[in-house]
Amino acid sequence: MTVDDRFAAGAGALRADPSLSTFSEVVTGPVTDWATDFSHTGEEWAQDAIGIWDDLRQRCPIAHTERFGGAWLPTRYDDVAAVAYDTEHFSSRAIIASNVRPPRSLAPVGTAPPISSDPPFHHDARKLLLPAFTRTAVARYEESTRAFCSSLVDALAGRDVVDAAADYAQHVPVRVMADMLGFPPEDGPRFRHFVENALEGIDLPPEERLARSSSLFDYLLVQIRDHLEHPRDDLTGHLLQAELHGRRLEPAHVAGSMALLLIAGIDTTWSAIGASLWHLAGHPDDRRRLVAEPGVRTTAVEEFLRAYAPVTMARLVKEDLPWRGVDMKAEDWVLLSFPAANRDPAQFERADEVLVDRQVNRHAAFGLGIHRCVGSHLARMELRVALDVWLDRVPEFTLADPDAVRWSTGQIRGPRTLPVRIG
Amino acid sequence: MRISIDPSLCQGHGRCYDLAPDLFGEDDEGYGTVLVPDGEVPADGEDDARLAADNCPEAAVLVHGDTVAEDRVVGEAAP
Repeated sequence: MTVDDRFAAGAGALRADPSLSTFSEVVTGPVTDWATDFSHTGEEWAQDAIGIWDDLRQRCPIAHTERFGGAWLPTRYDDVAAVAYDTEHFSSRAIIASNVRPPRSLAPVGTAPPISSDPPFHHDARKLLLPAFTRTAVARYEESTRAFCSSLVDALAGRDVVDAAADYAQHVPVRVMADMLGFPPEDGPRFRHFVENALEGIDLPPEERLARSSSLFDYLLVQIRDHLEHPRDDLTGHLLQAELHGRRLEPAHVAGSMALLLIAGIDTTWSAIGASLWHLAGHPDDRRRLVAEPGVRTTAVEEFLRAYAPVTMARLVKEDLPWRGVDMKAEDWVLLSFPAANRDPAQFERADEVLVDRQVNRHAAFGLGIHRCVGSHLARMELRVALDVWLDRVPEFTLADPDAVRWSTGQIRGPRTLPVRIG
Repeated sequence: MRISIDPSLCQGHGRCYDLAPDLFGEDDEGYGTVLVPDGEVPADGEDDARLAADNCPEAAVLVHGDTVAEDRVVGEAAP
């Protein structure tokens, strides 16, 4: 093979120059009014996001905050869908709201294509990934995922109380993503820090956020160089060989897509598995039914995805925009709360109830429109297998201490501490 | 009853081929395809066709010539 000199420079060349970003003042502290001063980064949100959305949907369906340099939070399904479909006015240039806005010149590629890309570039960047993530393509990881889940349950033997989030749910996507990207499985514990740095700690000083993210790109460069020395058939190898418009990908595109797959593939699925187990630990009727009737698990998985959808995306407003009664300004964030949309009673019958046999469930947990989660088939497989193994092996479990359950802050929502009694 | 997929709306969520695998398949990028010739749904597949249409997040699965569906409500819970 020809020498690939795209990665001869240091990791700094793999991402946009941080000094070109725009920084806004970090505002922390208690929320005064959720309609005018919301924040998704505090404990109150972590504990009660569902109640906050329900309240806002009734009294102020498009909430605002001056934090993060200005942000909006639509909570009705119709509004969330409208933003998701409107790529003319809303950019995906950055999709995690914070006090750092990457330079406008990054559009339409963004820092982590294709999730950060806008049309027309988006379509071609996405096309590179789709074949690796079809239902058929991800099925080849099912058997190893099942075996891995079983080994995690094996390791719980002899304990009465375990942390279903930290000891079980978390490990499943970490292993699967390491496998797909061709990273050493023993690096798994490091991924958790990359994920936390990217998705939590939103209110840290911008310099510190940038410093932390550089460790991820240092790591990715090591993996890229290892793949160049030892080519192999995995997603990293695929990205290194891929061509777009007749040329191999820019180094920042390769690294950005790898960062996307690593970050987005882990926190999200971890959250979905954890939230499902949390629900079942607290609802013995549903738990017993899913143990006795495995056929119901198919609809239950979709219902857990609706009711506890983990992922909120963000958009940036391209130009000043009067929108459905509010005045959005250029560079305002819009939080695209699919979880709030999924609980809108105007869209779903009995929206506030979890019905494990719900047959009609047009939920938006994986997004709507051109940015539909590229890993949705993989996530569904992991969630289904993780629940299957747990329910078959640990049919009896309850919340050991409901007050000790801790939910994440930020845009990816799921339990991070989940003590359950299994003995 | 006849089914089709609007390719301008389909985003590859795959609900149709999960729920009605006899009627819908996936292409090599994960987008939905119609498996039955001319989209004609066999009599015993009509419920599956409706289920697929009602669960498509993008409303890309279309059911034509269904007299029952018009009475039903989107988002309706299990009967």
